[in-house]
Amino acid sequence: MGLKSFFKDKAKTRTDSLVLIKPQSGLFSINFQELWAYRELFWFLALRDILVKYKQAAIGVVWAVIQPVLTMIVFSVIFGGLAKLPSDGVPYPIMVYVGLLPWQFFANSMRASSQSVVGKSTILTKIYFPRLIIPTSAVISGFIDFLVSFVILFVMMIWFRIPPTFNLLFLPLFILLAFTAALGVGLWLSALNVEFRDVIYVVPFLIQAGQYVSPVAYSSAIIPEKWSFLYSLNPMVGVINGFRWAILGTATPDPKNLIISTSCVLLLFLGGLFYFKKVEKTFADII
Amino acid sequence: MNKPIISINNLSKRYLLGLGGGEQYRALRDVIVNSLMSLFRRKYRQNSFEEIWALKDVSFDVEKGQKIAIIGRNGAGKSTLLKILSRITCPTEGEVKIRGRVASLLEVGTGFHPELTGRENIFMNGAILGMTRAEIKRKFDEIVAFSEIEKFIDTPVKRYSSGMSVRLAFSVAAHLEPEILVIDEVLAVGDLMFQKKCMGKMDNVAKQGRTVLFVSHNMEAVRRLCPRAVLLKDGMIVKDGPTSEVVRKYMEVGVEEQGEKIWNSIEDAPGDDVVRMHAVRVLNKNGKVCTKFDVCDEIMLEMEYWVLKDDHPLDATYYLIDERGHTILVTLDNLDSPWNEKKKPVGHYCSRCKVPGNLLNNGQISLLAAVVTHPHPVHVILRDVLRFDVGDAMNPNGVRGNHAMPWPPSAVRPRLQWSEEFVPLDNN
Repeated sequence: MGLKSFFKDKAKTRTDSLVLIKPQSGLFSINFQELWAYRELFWFLALRDILVKYKQAAIGVVWAVIQPVLTMIVFSVIFGGLAKLPSDGVPYPIMVYVGLLPWQFFANSMRASSQSVVGKSTILTKIYFPRLIIPTSAVISGFIDFLVSFVILFVMMIWFRIPPTFNLLFLPLFILLAFTAALGVGLWLSALNVEFRDVIYVVPFLIQAGQYVSPVAYSSAIIPEKWSFLYSLNPMVGVINGFRWAILGTATPDPKNLIISTSCVLLLFLGGLFYFKKVEKTFADII
Repeated sequence: MNKPIISINNLSKRYLLGLGGGEQYRALRDVIVNSLMSLFRRKYRQNSFEEIWALKDVSFDVEKGQKIAIIGRNGAGKSTLLKILSRITCPTEGEVKIRGRVASLLEVGTGFHPELTGRENIFMNGAILGMTRAEIKRKFDEIVAFSEIEKFIDTPVKRYSSGMSVRLAFSVAAHLEPEILVIDEVLAVGDLMFQKKCMGKMDNVAKQGRTVLFVSHNMEAVRRLCPRAVLLKDGMIVKDGPTSEVVRKYMEVGVEEQGEKIWNSIEDAPGDDVVRMHAVRVLNKNGKVCTKFDVCDEIMLEMEYWVLKDDHPLDATYYLIDERGHTILVTLDNLDSPWNEKKKPVGHYCSRCKVPGNLLNNGQISLLAAVVTHPHPVHVILRDVLRFDVGDAMNPNGVRGNHAMPWPPSAVRPRLQWSEEFVPLDNN
């Protein structure tokens, strides 16, 4: 009984709420209440991206798995087989695959989110909803692909007989870190692309270069000590090393480098959020 | 305690237009070059933009349950006002207070994805418009029934006819339950039956005590739906009051007669990928472009258009609209055209329609020209494309004969057949 009246009151406050439309002011604020009210839209837009992406593809969602698997084979043959790089004491393919999981999630998020706001221009100029939903759902849809490709990881762990360790308990933290990094860069690129369409030319280059300066195809053990600070500035270094440590039980990441990497992720994310909120009010005018 | 549901205070919106004109977005290179230039030349930046005030000091209140029309010519600031009210864009000055949920039908069907089925799109579109999944589920059957597409609900929307997707989109939007409904010209969709249904639905919304903001060029609809209207011109309020007075003012504003409009290239001409308008003219009986007629004169309406695809049975259509915004008559080429109900082949067409003398009343006539596939879609529609004046030179051959009184403001002044029988009175 009390519960019912509580919900009634809540519904009432929602409809009676006062919306104040004012010129854009300097400081930014995030209306969490509003984001919560629109929470289903995050999921709907992500789901739509996925449905559309795989609807007319003959093998559908299998693509989410094929991509990292093929890349893994190429990298293992070239870097592990021919170049004979070290592999942290685990089979080369699985070391590469564990690195590829967060990296491809990050790269796909970059690709999808940079186009996300511009691609929704018809909705953007017609209907209001919190704009943050757009790049976020682009990242979420990449995240679903990411989860799907985890299946292969389990198969590989059984195949190579790698037992999970207690480190695995920390994996959610590193997944969160990967998500934050992807969303951070997504916020930057999606907002920048509205005003500067140059972004679409920069992204492929960033992805290509990023793959080489992140420990995707190789282990970060081969990075000389004197470069490790600079190397750790790359937000994905902390994420990938964390993944390898949590899943494969490889060498514990240097806490100092981990802190540097994590701080870079947070900086990227907060900066992206700030920039996005600052320019989102002009999206409809300049898109 | 009853505060207005919308209060708009000194609302202004400025757009900066780059002198380049067509360029919509900036390239990073330009920004860098411009910033470097501005280091050397202080005024560079200021000179490169032109200011346009789409809205200037607009203030008015809307009470709860009021139905209010926003009218004005193209470019008067109506769309900008609606965009600010529905929070798509931000004002430059002033503020708006809104007490309640706003749903806008600025353009129905945005957010529809062609690859998704009708069912998926209903949920998608509902969520974009701010409905929760539970809310959509509750109304799902109603939405589908209203749209009349039950059979195709699990078919991808790309296989729908344009009429079907518009109906579905309108149904989703119409089943929102906002306190404030913003509607922009959605009535130009669908066939006549569906339009009637939409009008009925909107009347219902209004009767339930919701507030309706209605933007339209269709004065008939405005008059029917809204007791109050606001007229905008160049971003400012010209008149705010009872609809009949405001509509009269609207028909007076910017009165300029024009007897001919031509678009020379197919690319720039109005229309879609099926039809492009080439020219619209009003001619006198000598075939000359003319804007001054007498009530006794016959008037020739002429339109030239290109047909770019040969799979549509097209009708050229005219509406004649008087100063009060009433549609006097609607005419189309169907019965007299050799292509009646047949598909018109690709080519250039010139359709002429003769309006006989002694049919129209005196006054200014606004012409609407359109080419449509009956009953849907509309390929090109040009509202108020031309205006001409029908005067009354007291010609004794006209309907008035030798009567000198001002003719009453009837919609038409046709010369009708009379007959008289006479029986003398017997003084018995």
